[in-house]
Amino acid sequence: MPGAVAVTGALLEVEGLGKRFGGFVALDEIALEIGAGERVGLIGPNGSGKSTLVNCLSGTMRNDSGRVRFAGTPLDGLPAHKRTRLGLARSFQLPKPFHSLTVVQNLHVPLLFTAKHRAGAHLTNAEIDARCAELLRMVALDGKAEARPRDLTQIEMRKLELARAMAAAPKLLIADEAMAGLSNSEVDDILALLFKLSEAGVTVILIEHIMRAVMAFSQRLVCLVAGRKIADGAPPEVVRNPEVERAYLGE
Amino acid sequence: MRLGTFWLLTALAVVAIFAASRLVTNDYFFFAGYVVLQYVVLATAWNILGGYTGYINFGTAGFFAIGAYSSVVLHKLWGPPIPVLILVGGALAGLIGLGMGCLTLRLKGVFFAIGTLAMAIVLQTLVINWDFVGGSRGVYIIRPATVPLLGTYIHYLFLVMLALSGLAVAVARSIECTTLGFGLAAIRDDEQAAEAAGVPTLKLKLISTMLSGALMGMAGAPLPYYVTYLDPSSGFNLAYAVNAIAMPLIGGMTSWVGPVLGAIFLGTIQQAATVMIESSLNLLLVGVLLVLFVVAAPNGIIGLCRARSP
Repeated sequence: MPGAVAVTGALLEVEGLGKRFGGFVALDEIALEIGAGERVGLIGPNGSGKSTLVNCLSGTMRNDSGRVRFAGTPLDGLPAHKRTRLGLARSFQLPKPFHSLTVVQNLHVPLLFTAKHRAGAHLTNAEIDARCAELLRMVALDGKAEARPRDLTQIEMRKLELARAMAAAPKLLIADEAMAGLSNSEVDDILALLFKLSEAGVTVILIEHIMRAVMAFSQRLVCLVAGRKIADGAPPEVVRNPEVERAYLGE
Repeated sequence: MRLGTFWLLTALAVVAIFAASRLVTNDYFFFAGYVVLQYVVLATAWNILGGYTGYINFGTAGFFAIGAYSSVVLHKLWGPPIPVLILVGGALAGLIGLGMGCLTLRLKGVFFAIGTLAMAIVLQTLVINWDFVGGSRGVYIIRPATVPLLGTYIHYLFLVMLALSGLAVAVARSIECTTLGFGLAAIRDDEQAAEAAGVPTLKLKLISTMLSGALMGMAGAPLPYYVTYLDPSSGFNLAYAVNAIAMPLIGGMTSWVGPVLGAIFLGTIQQAATVMIESSLNLLLVGVLLVLFVVAAPNGIIGLCRARSP
C-alpha cells in the first residue's frame, strides 16, 4: 500500500545506493540496514567511499541511484537540513565549527533550527540555555562556553562537533572519524561519550580507522572496499574475512 | 536590550537628529547630510548580505538604480508622494534581488559576486535603451520648491533619508538578534555545517538578498528628486557599489554599528573633500583608506575599539 509506514525494525534502510564522479564509481550498489539502537562500525581503506556514503546519507551530496529510507520516510532528494530535522545528524571528519560564534552559540544554531520543527516543541530562551548547558556538561566543555572555536584544542573541537550534532536531538548519529589524530586517552574519552549516547537510545554509525576503538564500540561491522560493501556482520568475523584482510594487508 | 526598545530608541534618535537639524540655517548641510545618510542605508543594506551572510555583492548600484528609475516611471505616470515611491522601489528591488538570488545563490562565493556585477550592467543597458525614462540622455524631474510645515524641499528629502536610515539600522539589528541572524552567521562560517545543523541555507540566503536589495532600492527611490536630473551613468555609478563595500569594511562588518560608523566617517570625508579640494578625489580617498584599514585594522573601527577595551 503506498504511503504506509514500513513496519520493519530498521531505522535506516539503504537500497542499491550508487554515486559516481565522472567515470569513477565511488559507491556501487550499496545495501545496508541499520536497526534502531544499534552501534555500527563502518571501516574501509582510504578512498573506499566511506565519507561519500556519509555525504549521500546526510544529504550533503546527491546519490545518483538507489533509495534511502529513514524511520519509514524516503529521504531521496531531501536537502541536508530537512534530514537533520528528521533526526539524522552527522559530525564532520574535519571539524567545521562556526568560528565567528562562541562555543555555546554554536549549539544554539541546531537548537533554534531543529527544535522549532518538532511537533509542539517551541523552545523558550531558558530551555535553550538549559539544553546548551546540559550538552556542554555531557562533552565536558562547560568551562569553555564563551570561548571561540579557534581557542579550543583538537579534542575539544571534536567534542564540540559531536555536541553540535547532538543538539539536533537525533535518532541516528553518524560520527565521521571523530577520533582521527587524537591520543590514546583522548580516544577513550570520545569512546566513553559515544557509549553514553548509545545508552541514551541514539543509534550510532562510527566511521573510524582506529581499529581498537571500532572493535570496542561496534556490535556490527560493515566494510567498504572500492565503493562496494564486502562484509557486514559480527566484528570478529568481519576482520577475519579474507577479502577484508586482503584489502587492508594486500595479497 | 530588547528589540522593541531598540526600535523605539532608533525612532527617538531620528526625531532628535531632525529636531537638531532645524537649528541649521545653511541648506548645504542638508544636501551633504542627505548623501551621508543615503550611504548609511546602502552600507547597512550591503552588510546584511555581505557581512552577516558572507556573500559579496558588487551590484549595489543596480539595486539602487532600480529604486531611482522606478520613481522616474511613477513620477511620469502619476506622481505619487515620496513614501509611496520608496515602498514601490523597495518592493521592486527586493523582487529582483530574490530572482537574482534564485539564479546565482546555488553557486558559491565568486560566482555570486560576478552575477551581481552582471545584473547591474544588464539593467543599465536596459535603461539606456528605454526612451520613456530618458534613455542615455537622462531625464529631468521638476520637484516642488517647498513643502508645507518643513519649508525647503531638501529639508523634506533629508527627513525622508533620515527615517530610512533609522529603518535600515533597526532591520539590521533585528536580524542580528533573532534566529535569522544565527542562521546567517552559520552560513557565513560554513555552509555545509549550517545545513547539517538544520539551517535551510538557500531559503535564508534568499531572504537576506531580498532584504538587502529592498533597502538599497528604497535608498535609491528619492534620488530623482534629489538630483532633479538623472541619467544612467549617475544612477548606476560604480561609486555606489565601491562605497557600499568600503564603508562596512572600514567600520566593521560584524554588527550594525560598523556600516553606520563607516558611512558617516567615509561619507563625511568625501563630502568635505568635494567642497574643499575636488570631487574627483573621492574614489582615491576610498582606496587609500581601504588599504590603510585592511592593513592596520582588518576588523574596522569596531575592531579597533574592541581591542582598546578588553
